[in-house]
Amino acid sequence: MRFLINGQSVEADVDLRTSLLDLLRDHLNLHGSKKGCNQGACGACTVLADGERILSCLALAVQYQGREITTIEGLAEEGHLHPLQRAFIEHDGFQCGYCTPGQICSAIGMAAEAKRGMPSHITRDLDTSLVTLDRDEVRERMSGNLCRCGAYNGIIDAISEVYVEAE
Amino acid sequence: MNPFTYARADHAEDALRLAEPQGAKFLGGGTNLVDLMRETIERPQSLVDVTGLSATIEETSAGGLRIGAAARNSAVAEHLAVRTRYPALSRALLAGASGQIRNMATVGGNILQRTRCTYFYDDDGSRCNKRVPGQGCDAIDGFNRIHAILGASSSCVATHPSDMCVALAAFDSVVHLRSARGERAVPITEFHRLPGDTPHVETVLEPGELIVAVELPPNPIAQRSTYRKVRDRSSYAFALVSVAAALQIEGSTVKDVRLALGGVAHKPWRASKAEAALRGREATEANFRAAAAAELIDARPLRDNAFKIELAVRTITAVLQQLTEEAR
Repeated sequence: MRFLINGQSVEADVDLRTSLLDLLRDHLNLHGSKKGCNQGACGACTVLADGERILSCLALAVQYQGREITTIEGLAEEGHLHPLQRAFIEHDGFQCGYCTPGQICSAIGMAAEAKRGMPSHITRDLDTSLVTLDRDEVRERMSGNLCRCGAYNGIIDAISEVYVEAE
Repeated sequence: MNPFTYARADHAEDALRLAEPQGAKFLGGGTNLVDLMRETIERPQSLVDVTGLSATIEETSAGGLRIGAAARNSAVAEHLAVRTRYPALSRALLAGASGQIRNMATVGGNILQRTRCTYFYDDDGSRCNKRVPGQGCDAIDGFNRIHAILGASSSCVATHPSDMCVALAAFDSVVHLRSARGERAVPITEFHRLPGDTPHVETVLEPGELIVAVELPPNPIAQRSTYRKVRDRSSYAFALVSVAAALQIEGSTVKDVRLALGGVAHKPWRASKAEAALRGREATEANFRAAAAAELIDARPLRDNAFKIELAVRTITAVLQQLTEEAR
């Protein structure tokens, strides 16, 4: 099977049962994406497929051939951390760090969704395509990413610094 | 996970041909099927990937919307025609799962996710008539706080977890199916089955039959609709009770109403008794509550879930009150 991971085309000879997460971790040595629950409940395995956030543990790798996959390893550019990675450090957006790659990939996908007008469960007005991200919106939209250290305040601070416009 | 073969279909005929061998299953986003395969509860011999089939959301000649079965849950939720003409559908989708799962899950897959409970997943500790027909059900006398109160049987008390289907049920949506024998259309309210003594048979879908689209009929009342989901945490949890409702008021009288419930039964529950009790009546809180109670009169609670009866009555009443206030 041929995949496009972080801008690089890679060939991997894997069993059909291999999840995208196991492909990344066990076959391509990309250990950034984490295996938390392996059943779609925690979000630690979140990666971007063509810019959309997905759960790599529930994705069969075979379905994602030809899609552009971005993992936490693919976010830094020329040795410079992504602004959201810097914000997570700045705001203590983690304690143990296990959920962090998933949180960051999820937040990048989330911000793109909001930018193109995707409403959320708490968005009051569905008639307009203008979404104003505030902290409550960020909390709702990030609910698929759990942090068992409870670093949520730092996580929301970090995401807000990069994606929530100041009042 | 048991071994399987895999093929990707380019169009519906292709998918039907590929799925002819026994033991084949159609694969959408995989958010439920892959999970169940990992637990070896689902053991398909071959997977036919149907995510490349029609995902188009288009106007019908009747003035409704037709949604290709491969459309992602997120794509339907954010589509402007859905948001403005069928807001309860958009809200139901946005209340379901998480952002990541909504990006993966298809409409066809959402409809065909298994009706399930924790005992269904517990394959080395519990009996389940869905997993092993005739084995017995450990949920009925077990921890059954989240289980069904309407339409359940002595074989199964699981609930259908979809939010989307509850809104589809309220709007008289139609599921379009295709098989080697041709096409047919089934109302969503008749698509899922109550458990009876065959709870492992969850829908009227026949072997080899494929969902190709869902059609929302033109429905002006749907424009004034909403969806409310009551759950144990404020996001990313299954419904204890959910309500999809649309209300049309003339003066102070209920001209028309649509109500469907989630989290209470083996299938999305169209609340026809409550609707009948409301049409032509004054739009008052007392009448809303009486109509809701009329729907729940058949409820049969288990040890832990009697609270759902009052919760459903209150949620229906609150949602109708909200729609009444919004109409003023």
